[in-house]
Amino acid sequence: MQTTAEIAAQISAEFSLLENWEEKYDYLIEKGQNLPDMPDDLKSDEHLVKGCQSSVWFVTECREGRLYFQTDSDSLIVKGLAALLVELLNGQPAEAYQNVDLSLFDTLGFWRHLSSQRSNGLTAMVSFLKAAAEDCAAHHGA
Amino acid sequence: MSISIPAARADFPILSTRVNDHPLVYLDNAATTQKPQAVIDSLRDYYTFVNSNVHRGGHTLAVRATDMYEAAREKVARFINAAHAHEVIFTRGTTESINLVANSFGEAFIQPGDEIIVSELEHHSNYVPWFELCQRKGARFRVLPLTPTGELDPDVLQSMFTEKTRLLALNQVSNSLGTVNPLETLIPLAHAAGVPVLVDAAQSVQHLAARDVQALDADFYAFSGHKMYAPMGIGVLYAKESWLEKLPPFLYGGEMIDQVSSTRVTFAQLPYKFEAGTPNVEGAVGLGAAVDYLNRFDQLELQAYEEDLLAYGIEQLRAIPGLTLYGNPRHRSSILPFNVEGIQHYDMGILLDTSGVAVRTGQHCTQPIMDALSISGTVRASLALYNNREDIDALTRGIRRVMKMLRR
Repeated sequence: MQTTAEIAAQISAEFSLLENWEEKYDYLIEKGQNLPDMPDDLKSDEHLVKGCQSSVWFVTECREGRLYFQTDSDSLIVKGLAALLVELLNGQPAEAYQNVDLSLFDTLGFWRHLSSQRSNGLTAMVSFLKAAAEDCAAHHGA
Repeated sequence: MSISIPAARADFPILSTRVNDHPLVYLDNAATTQKPQAVIDSLRDYYTFVNSNVHRGGHTLAVRATDMYEAAREKVARFINAAHAHEVIFTRGTTESINLVANSFGEAFIQPGDEIIVSELEHHSNYVPWFELCQRKGARFRVLPLTPTGELDPDVLQSMFTEKTRLLALNQVSNSLGTVNPLETLIPLAHAAGVPVLVDAAQSVQHLAARDVQALDADFYAFSGHKMYAPMGIGVLYAKESWLEKLPPFLYGGEMIDQVSSTRVTFAQLPYKFEAGTPNVEGAVGLGAAVDYLNRFDQLELQAYEEDLLAYGIEQLRAIPGLTLYGNPRHRSSILPFNVEGIQHYDMGILLDTSGVAVRTGQHCTQPIMDALSISGTVRASLALYNNREDIDALTRGIRRVMKMLRR
């Protein structure tokens, strides 16, 4: 399995081909659209990540020290960001979540573009995943 | 002398900036308006030539600063036709104005079992302070519901008054739907029931010529400077002198006292009783400059211009297939709340921004309205005097482009 650093480099390379904001968002939205929809019964309050203007859900599963997750959002942009997190982190060892380098989002420009808004869920999504990964590591260790 | 409204656009330097390689189309005026050069200059001049603390020291600059601060109060008083300048209290904004009343009025007049009525159309800042007051005092919090058109029904309000009702709090224009509430009907109804009325004028004072507090007979009238072309951090609470005499202070400290000893404190006269601490002199000066700026226009002409532009916006938005415009009030001001089928409001806002169009998305601090409409939020375009039909056209072009991007 590729490391998160390798995956981040790949995503950066893909986005570097895009010339303007419209193209970048187009691509981000496509990433979101390619993510499978989450079944409605999983979109419960229990799986809702707070701190976003849009609704975003995460369902996580810890298997042998690796954290897997599926995610969905009613916003295609947020779902696109979540899709990048899936590419970057899904199935990685729990430790990888704690050290994840989010400069990828700086490189893409979305961080600057979106994070000035309270509504941006990226920070909340990453905090949620880190907490789940911490639990996963603790259980695996025990 | 009145000046031409379309020409006024040139008075706002920020409107010639570019955003994301597009000319800025600023349609987030209900959140805050841009500032004309005259207001910007007033701040620069204040700090360049005047700055001193007010109401103290006899030195020349202190006197000048005090004169400017009090002149601003006079200008605001005339702008809303208050009977006295000392009925104008400077605050940080509408939120603080309402909290001041909720605290001081609540302290003096609310007992367990009393009732306060707010409307379902309120911004959280004219909802939560009353809710919390009722919690603290064991009073009953009552909500006047929206009609399906997004309006308030005077008959329903009439039926809610009891001998326990102590206050009615409602806005003049809804920040979420743009509904203009018929204060000329609602305030007399409340007064006939012996109930004073607090008006949240944050979205109306800059748009409606009907801001004469004596004609409206409003007991309390609250608004913010920054939504009427003045700086942030300055706002106004107007209250009838008779109320201000009866209310205890909200904040205690310097500026607001008369005599202080270890056994006795007496408070300063109005309006200083309600202005503890060093005030926002710069903000007041800027607000005065904004009032002067607005006074350059014929007020009815200005309202007619904005209403014509709003009507054009409504017509253009309704022509977009799959677009829902929320609320259908008989009288609407400056606000265009909508969603497009299948497109989340947040996505619409972010993607409109890529073409330079600034709107707000979300719940607009009005969760009760969103619940009543069963939606998670809206896109809100909101107008100011410098907007024109080209801005509306840029908005509708932007919406159609986003629809193409997201529907494939």
